[in-house]
Amino acid sequence: MDKVFSDARSALAGLVKDGMTIMAGGFGLCGIPETLIEAIRDSGAKDLTFISNNAGVDGVGLGRLLETRQIRKMISSYVGENKLFAQQYLSGELELEFNPQGTLAERIRAGGAGIPAFFTKTGVGTLIAEGKEVREFDGEKYVMERGLFADISVVHAYKGDTEGNLVYRKTARNFNPMMATAAKITIAEIEHLVPAGDIDPDQIHTPGIFVKRLVHVANPIKRIEQRTTRKRETVASAGAGEEI
Amino acid sequence: MAWTREQMAARAAKELRDGFYVNLGIGIPTLVSNFIPAGMRVQLQSENGMLGMGPFPFEGEEDPDLINAGKQTITELPTTSYFSSADSFGMIRGGHIDLSILGAMQVAQNGDLANWMIPGKMVKGMGGAMDLVAGVKRVVVVMEHTAKDDPKLLKACNLPLTGQGVVDLVITDLGVFTIDKKGGTGMTLIELADGVTAEEIKAKTDADFKVALGSKQSNAA
Repeated sequence: MDKVFSDARSALAGLVKDGMTIMAGGFGLCGIPETLIEAIRDSGAKDLTFISNNAGVDGVGLGRLLETRQIRKMISSYVGENKLFAQQYLSGELELEFNPQGTLAERIRAGGAGIPAFFTKTGVGTLIAEGKEVREFDGEKYVMERGLFADISVVHAYKGDTEGNLVYRKTARNFNPMMATAAKITIAEIEHLVPAGDIDPDQIHTPGIFVKRLVHVANPIKRIEQRTTRKRETVASAGAGEEI
Repeated sequence: MAWTREQMAARAAKELRDGFYVNLGIGIPTLVSNFIPAGMRVQLQSENGMLGMGPFPFEGEEDPDLINAGKQTITELPTTSYFSSADSFGMIRGGHIDLSILGAMQVAQNGDLANWMIPGKMVKGMGGAMDLVAGVKRVVVVMEHTAKDDPKLLKACNLPLTGQGVVDLVITDLGVFTIDKKGGTGMTLIELADGVTAEEIKAKTDADFKVALGSKQSNAA
C-alpha cells in the first residue's frame, strides 16, 4: 500500500469527522503540521477536540480552526498567545483542559504505548490533582494521570521515506514523535520525501509502523513567534580565544 | 537600594556549579545565562526539547526550527542535543536537572509556589512550570519582593498553587531567603541587598522568617 498522497486534502480524505479527537504536533508555531491543519479546516468538520501543546496564534496553526469555530475543546498546557482563543473561552464557546506540559507529553507517550494510566508527582496538591487518585510510593505522593489516544494525529517532520520512517529537525521535534504513536491513524507532512533506504536506519526517529499516510510539503512557510538576535561583535574582539 | 534585575540575576548565578544542568524560566531567570562564570561548564536545558542552549542568533541567521521554551530564536552549541517533549520532561521529572530558576507570583514560608494562575483573569496555562518544580533537584525563585505594595512572600499562598513545598531559595530585589521545604526550620533571611535593612524587609513581608545574616552560606557546595 502506498503511503504517499499527492496533497494534504487527499491524505485526509475520508478521515476527518465531526466530534472526533485530533492530536496536532508542535510547540508554539515550531514543528506544526500547518498544511494538514489547513486541510482539516477545509474539511468543514466541527465539534473537534484538539490535543496540542498550544493553540497557535491568531490566523496561524490551530488559530485558523478557531476562526471557523470548528474546535469545541482543547487539551493544552499553554494558550497565552491567542486572542481569539481567550474570547471563545471566556464566552463559553470553547472548552479547555489544562495539563502540565510534561504530564501532557507523558499522557500521549503512554497512550501510544498501551499504558492506560501512570502516576506522577507533577501537580500534587494543586488544582490539577482534584478528582484524581493520589497514591503514596516510597513516602512521596503521586497523582494518577490517564494515557491519551486520538482518532487521528497530524504531525510535521523534516524528512520522511516512502515507508513512513520520519526524521525531525532540531526543536521542531517536540510533541511530534509521541503523537505519531498515539492515534488510530497518523498523517505526517514532511519537507523532504526520499525513497526507502535513503535514511540511515540508525537515525530514524519515528519508525514507519506509526505513520499511515504521508504528504510531501516542500518549502513550507515557517513562522517565528519571537525573533531574537544578538549584535555581531567587531572583528577585532571576535577571532582568537574561542578555539579549544 | 534594592537590587536591579541584573543584580538579582547575578545573585542567582551564584547558585550555579560546574557541571550543572539548569533550566531557566522566562524573564529575570533568562538573564542568569549572562552571569555564568568564565570557565564554568553549565548546560542549559530548554523544556521544548534541547540541552546545551546557545545564545541568540546573529541577525539573518534565525532558524524557525530552533527556539527556546519562550519561543525565542536561539542557537546550538557543540554540546547540544535535541529530543522529544516526553524525553525532556523525563529528564525534568526524573530528577536529572540540577537547578531550576524561575519567577513567581507568590511564595509561602513552607515552600509552596504560585506562578501560573490568577482566578477571574484569562488563564494562559502552566506550561512546564508544575513539572519543573516537582522534579528538579533544587528550585530557586527570583522575583520582586512585592507586587505594587502587596507582599509576595506569604504565610500561605492565596493563588492556586504550581507546587506544594517545592521552593529552596528565594531571591528578591531586597534580599535572599532559604526555605526548608521539608518543614523543620522554615524560612530564613540570609542576605540583604545593598542598603536594605531587615526591618524594611519585615515591613514588606507577610511570611514569618528568621534572620541569620552572614551566618549561613546558601551556596555552600
